Amino acid sequence: MSDMTETPTLAAARGPFDQDWRKVVNWGLILALALVFVSLTDMPEKLDRRIIVEPLLSMGYLSLIWIPIALGNIVTREIVLEGMTAHKKGPRELVAGLVVGAIGGAGLALLIWLLDTRDLSDPLVNWNDALLEVLTFSEGVGYGVVFWILACAGLGLLGGALHVFPPLVNRLLLAMSLTIVLTASLESALDDISEGFRLEWLFEAIFEQNGGVSIQGAIFLALFAAAWVLFLGGQAKKGRAVVEAKREESPIAVNTIGLVLIAAAAIILPMLLGRLTNDLLSNVGLFLLLALGLNIVVGLAGILDLGYVAFFAVGGYTAAIMTSPSSPGFSPELPWWVAIFVVIFMAIVAGLFIGAPVIRMRGDYLAIVTLGFGEIIRLTVRSDWASGFTGGAQGILSIPSADIFGVVTVKGTDPQQVLYLVMAFVAIAIYVSWRLENSRIGRAWMAVREDESVAEAMGINTVNAKLQAFVVGAILASFSGAIFAAKVGSVFESSFKILVSIVILVIVIVGGMGRIAGVAAGALVLVGILGGPNQPGLLAEFSEFKLLIYGALLIWMMLKRPEGLIPNVRRSRELHQDEFLQDAWLKGQVDDDDGDAPSGEVAPA
Amino acid sequence: MTTAMRSKAAPRTGVDWFLTFLRVLLSALVAFGLLAFVWQQIDPGNPLADAINPDATRLSWDAFQGLVISGLSQGAMYGLIALGYSMVYGVLGFINFAHGEVFMVGAMTGMITSNKLFEAGVWEDNFVVAILVAVLISIICSTLTAVVMERVAYRPLRGSPRLIPLITSIGVSFFIQNTSAVLLGPGAKSYPRLPDWLRDPVGVGPFEIEGKKLLVLIVAAVSMAALWYLVERTKTGKAMRAVAEDKEIASLMGIDVDRTIVTTFAVGGAMAGVAGILWGILFGSVTEFTGFLPGIKAFSAAVVGGIGNLGGAMAGGLTLGSSESLAPQLVLEPLGVTGHTQLKDAVAFLVLIFVLLVKPTGLFGERLSAEDRA
Repeated sequence: MSDMTETPTLAAARGPFDQDWRKVVNWGLILALALVFVSLTDMPEKLDRRIIVEPLLSMGYLSLIWIPIALGNIVTREIVLEGMTAHKKGPRELVAGLVVGAIGGAGLALLIWLLDTRDLSDPLVNWNDALLEVLTFSEGVGYGVVFWILACAGLGLLGGALHVFPPLVNRLLLAMSLTIVLTASLESALDDISEGFRLEWLFEAIFEQNGGVSIQGAIFLALFAAAWVLFLGGQAKKGRAVVEAKREESPIAVNTIGLVLIAAAAIILPMLLGRLTNDLLSNVGLFLLLALGLNIVVGLAGILDLGYVAFFAVGGYTAAIMTSPSSPGFSPELPWWVAIFVVIFMAIVAGLFIGAPVIRMRGDYLAIVTLGFGEIIRLTVRSDWASGFTGGAQGILSIPSADIFGVVTVKGTDPQQVLYLVMAFVAIAIYVSWRLENSRIGRAWMAVREDESVAEAMGINTVNAKLQAFVVGAILASFSGAIFAAKVGSVFESSFKILVSIVILVIVIVGGMGRIAGVAAGALVLVGILGGPNQPGLLAEFSEFKLLIYGALLIWMMLKRPEGLIPNVRRSRELHQDEFLQDAWLKGQVDDDDGDAPSGEVAPA
Repeated sequence: MTTAMRSKAAPRTGVDWFLTFLRVLLSALVAFGLLAFVWQQIDPGNPLADAINPDATRLSWDAFQGLVISGLSQGAMYGLIALGYSMVYGVLGFINFAHGEVFMVGAMTGMITSNKLFEAGVWEDNFVVAILVAVLISIICSTLTAVVMERVAYRPLRGSPRLIPLITSIGVSFFIQNTSAVLLGPGAKSYPRLPDWLRDPVGVGPFEIEGKKLLVLIVAAVSMAALWYLVERTKTGKAMRAVAEDKEIASLMGIDVDRTIVTTFAVGGAMAGVAGILWGILFGSVTEFTGFLPGIKAFSAAVVGGIGNLGGAMAGGLTLGSSESLAPQLVLEPLGVTGHTQLKDAVAFLVLIFVLLVKPTGLFGERLSAEDRA
């Protein structure tokens, strides 16, 4: 934001004690609360086993130390609008960061002292000696108290210093720390991959025997990240520019080459990956399929469907009933690829049946009613009444392997084959989303999302457009359900809780509503690293905290970046319309059509 | 853009026919189920019952009375939670999905306080004092949760599209739920045993009511009366009504809109805190998921009664609670649905869908600000 609004001349830096003390103290108290909260969730202790840099840093301590840095930075962040005086950054920022950090550290120190002297373990389950040991490094309360006050002050100072450092240093620091943390988080996947690529030597050079990056490895990674920022990044950008230029000239040829390369990678990669990574990626794929469907419903058509899991359930149960020999009521034992057609049919029926009654409702009523439908379907499936078909709480077992045209059989127990199947369907979903987005109906959806009355006045049949979005979303979700049934080999109603809907919503929102690349990134990061509602991710230690993190992430995204990490340009303009208008007004460009509204925040498409 | 307006303006489409069909079908099913029930009461061996529900029996007066009372006491609780939804919707025009969690915080705090009081011996020696202390602490914690929630998550979003605060509130709900699971440990936690006089039935007119259910009904009635007084008879209440009607004009009249909104959240939170304790008294245990279903049902109650309408919220709660408790026996069983009590929660959602299909403004009419009425 700062580069958009920075005025060319900066006023002189303010004195180090010319602070808004009230604000500083408030942020200090917020920091103290945050540190105490994270400690009491037991993250420092439970994540301590996950080592990032071998003797230095574990995920547990990382869960604490990023907070003072972030808040020490935020406290002196100021939004400078056109026409306001921007001050040069200097000692004032450092002092503010230091004070915020020290107050936060004092809060944590108070917690340590209380942990030592009081026993509140009755309501607070994590109030125990193990936490105290972790927080004091087993060196006694005095050491812990002094250490955390000093450390937090130092980290807060670092946070404040980020304002003062030149931008290049900030970028270097960010790239280095991200590379190290990300590499350490991906450890088990990298282990798996390095075997396939015969790169065990590299893996062993970077990682310690019993987990975590070694110090030499960390230095190597930091140097690599620095080199990337300083030299290689520029080269990569140039390369991309060359490709883009070629694409202008002959779009078909370049696109074809790109597609062939992606397809080749998709075919070869699963062979090189190990069991674990393949399984992980197939989970990511299943959620990506769901998220792509929800992206059409929420991202393109703007219908907040909270009962989306219902269609996942319809797909899963239909596939199970059609293929499993042990489905209780009706068991035609169709091959999987035939069952898929029944699944599509059922998804259309369910989409219309759930969609039609809710389509005319106000957007927020619609959200709750679809959520109700999701629960109704799950409760019905579980009840004795329907158990003649669905097996009730016992579910449907022994679902056979997925048979594709009688040629190939995809065994659910073989992650590599499942991954191929998932990728095929994801490819279909991406193609469908991409074609629909730029089609007549896609534009109609976006018009409905932006303003329903205007869309109707423009001659769009809004009811039909919304129903179509509902049905397309339902079909994509039901594919995911059908693959899920074949992969797991059984379906239970407990796999289809509302929780799943919410997690898919988080994926779509964090990634970027209305943008395929965003949704893919969201699925990869959230499901791959943190894990899905019932599926473990790479950081299995996080399983206890992942839903908490999902919740916090959802709030934070909505407050700070509602357009998502990789935003859809049009969508993000809608969300920031006020800011754009204000900027435009300040720059005297109001009459300029929104064709090129000054765009500081929008990433290039 | 209500359905009524549209059906006059536009030709009837397939969707309209389908909706009409659904309305008729649902009404017919309910009517048929009720008739079958009445016939079953007269003669359990009638040919219809033989055909669709061979195990048909008469529902005794005692059992019926029990269902009504437990439905009403649960409904009173839903009504108290629904007040929070209704007030916030009236003032800000969005569904505070996390309001169910405010109720859960109340129930959790009540659990902790009452267990502490039980350990100290107060719970058994002087139950009335103990429950008053528990209610007070629950109210404080719930109010605090609601106010902090408004400050952190909703105030920065004022004026953004309607769905944005709704999605945020889903995040808040998720966060509070899991915070409870992580800080206090997952799973059910029980309240201490209620004193005997609350567990014995009390005779009220023709009814025999279990003491705790009577207590729930009384507490709900008192809270409702206090709320009514606050909203209709005090200056704060006047400010709340003014802000609900039109924020801009209210601020021109010298009303501090931000403060009034905080008050609204606080009052809703206090009601949810009371409801939390009532949950503890009725069911004796609480989990981190306690807030979810009652929360959504309470929202349904608010819609059933007409959103923004406080009396309507309470009436909607009672309607929803009693239909949830009666419908499985009165409608589903005569229709031949096996395991009908498992579908209790589904009934609550069906009532919501039915009301929105037939009368989207609720049974008692909604009261919304000019901009939200669209």
